[in-house]
Formats: sequence, C-alpha cells, structure tokens
Amino acid sequence: MKKFFSEFLRGIIKENPTFVLVLGLCPTLAVSVSVINGIGMGIAATFVLLGSNIIIAMLKNIIPDRVRIPCYIVVIATFVTINEMVMKAYSPALNRALGIYVPLIVVNCIVLGRAEAYASKNSVVNSLFDGLGMGVGFTLALILISAIREFLGAGKLLGHTVIKGFQPAFVLGMPSGALLVIGLLLGFFNVLKSKKE
Amino acid sequence: MNATQFLTIFISAVFIYNVILSRFLGLCSFVAISKETKPALAMSLSVMFVTTMASIITWFIYRFLLIPFGLTYLRTISFILVIATFVQFVEMVIRKISPPMYRFFGIYLPLITVNCAVLGVAVLNVDMFFMNGKAIPGSFYYSLFQGICVGLGYTLAMLLMSGIRERLDLCNVPEAVKDFPLAFIIASIMSLSFLGFNGFKF
Repeated sequence: MKKFFSEFLRGIIKENPTFVLVLGLCPTLAVSVSVINGIGMGIAATFVLLGSNIIIAMLKNIIPDRVRIPCYIVVIATFVTINEMVMKAYSPALNRALGIYVPLIVVNCIVLGRAEAYASKNSVVNSLFDGLGMGVGFTLALILISAIREFLGAGKLLGHTVIKGFQPAFVLGMPSGALLVIGLLLGFFNVLKSKKE
Repeated sequence: MNATQFLTIFISAVFIYNVILSRFLGLCSFVAISKETKPALAMSLSVMFVTTMASIITWFIYRFLLIPFGLTYLRTISFILVIATFVQFVEMVIRKISPPMYRFFGIYLPLITVNCAVLGVAVLNVDMFFMNGKAIPGSFYYSLFQGICVGLGYTLAMLLMSGIRERLDLCNVPEAVKDFPLAFIIASIMSLSFLGFNGFKF
C-alpha cells in the first residue's frame, strides 16, 4: 500500500509534469485564464491519463515494439473522444471555453510521455497510480497558475470578487501574461530546488 | 471567396492569433529547438510543410469521409492517425531520395507527429470553415491557405526567438532563470508586442 502511495505522490511533487518535467504546456497556458477552466482541463487530462495508462499497461505484451507509438496514440485518442462527447453532453459551457484544447489533449506530451516511459514497462496497478498522480499534479499546477492569473488579471477567484477596489492588471489574463507567469514560476521553483541542495 | 478573406486569414494566423505566441500550440518544440537559428529554421520549414499538407489531407477526409457517413465524432482519432502516418511516410521518402536533406530535416519530423500545431490547424479548419456539417464556399482554399499561414506564423516566431536566444548566450543571466524560464519570459514580451496587431480590421 505504501508503495502505491509513493507512486501517486511522485507525480505531484518530485516529478510534477508541469514544473519539473516541463511537459504539456500548450493547454496549461491556453486555458489557465480562470480557475474553473483550469480545473476542467485538469480533470479531463487526468481521465485520459488514467484510462490510457491502464489500457496500455494491459496491452504492453501484445503491442509490437515497432508500431507502439501509433498504437498508443489510438488508445489515447479513444479516451479523448469519450472525454469530448461526455463534456459536450454534460457541460457545454466548459466545452466552449476550452475550445480546440479538448481534442488537443491527444498530443499532450504528458499522456504519451507516461505511456512510453511508465505504462509500457510497469504493472496495471502501478500504472493506475502513476496516471492518477500525474493527473493530480497537472491539475494542481493548473489551479496554481490559473489562480494567479485570475486573481491578478481579473481581480476574481472562481468568479467571485475577492478584494473590493482591487485594480486588476488585464495583461495577466492575456497570452503574454500566461507566458510571464509560467516563466517566473519555473524560475521560482529552480531557486527552491537549488536552496534545498 | 475574395481577396479580403485571404488577407484576413493571413493577418490573423500570422500576427493576431500567432500559433505560438497567442494560441500556445507547438510550445514544446518552440522552447526546445530555438537555441540556434539554423535548426530553428529547419524545424520551421518542416512544420510549415506538414501543416500545409495536413490541412489538405484532413479537409478531404472530413468532407468526403466523415461528413457523408455521419462519423464526425471520429475527427480526433482519424486526424491524428492520418497525420502520424503521413509524417512517417514523408520521413521514409526523404531518407530514400536525399540523404543530405534527411540530415537537415529528418530528425525533426518524428517530433512533428506530436506537435500540437499540426493537429491544431486541422481542428481549427474544421471549426472555422464548416458550418452545420457543410463546407462553406471556398472552404478548401481557405483551409489550405490557413495551413500555410500558420506555418508562416510558426516560422516568424521561431526565427525571432532563436535570434534573441543566440545573443542571450553572451549575457550573464541569473542561474535560476537560465534556459526554460528565461525563454518563457522572452516569449511573454514578444507576445506582448504581437498584441499590438489586435484590432486590425479590413
């Protein structure tokens, strides 16, 4: 049990997909305008990661080595399509807000990266916890970035005004603000890492 | 179908909604390969070629396969499979025909398979140039042109970025922001200047 827990925790801190592995940044930056969008994208990506990790870990002995990448892509694309349909049916507003970034989860490097680096070598249960940990790590990173951007860029958190009379800097809600926030955060985590060592 | 339409597509794909600086597609390759100008140019040209071809191929698939058979929900799977197969095919052809060209472009081609910019263009074309399950007049030419323009936008951002980063090698930057963080901060400033194109109208 302890081992599974460490598999799960690894994705959240030590190998956080966004801040440590620097993978899958396209959706991270594009949808992090508001916390709600960030959470939606995080859950969608977690679902795809979990599903594809489990299926690929099950099929790892059947898939021939030479055509493994196309096989992984088909598995991932299937889960992305399921995700798209569910989102369209139950949460059309979120689907509109995330736009083309929902089908683009298919080319998110985190998903393919975990399939190639982890699920194709480990057991089903381990892969399940790895996918879950990576997904939660990705979601937390998204929440952090989108909270900074929504608070400073629009003066709100989850759509509610936090401080009355706070003058927001709109640039943080724009694309350039996303790049600035991620750049500064990566620098900040580098400082933390070097302090620790 | 008229010239203004094409001009609008050009300005919005290259400048206003630049594929990297505004839509954030293909960021991984943008940060990883923009350290020197020559590889950056090679990568950009390969991306431009693939986005153009992908626009053409996915348009035909969507128009003549997915719509008539009511399979539009298979869009993501079919597009990514076709793009991956196409890129693999191009890689094999180039390796056979011209080894020098393979050394220049070949190593970047596998990376393009999972480049969001390529799938992004295909999905954008479908979103923009198909209305209620029907192709709008001239949609094929619009798709083709948008494919080229997105490639151009990618090239522009890559060239600017690699030029800046080549010079930054000579500067003394703080240890903590070296490489990735600094690249993002530069990209942020570039994106801010591209914001100036917002509001261009015809």
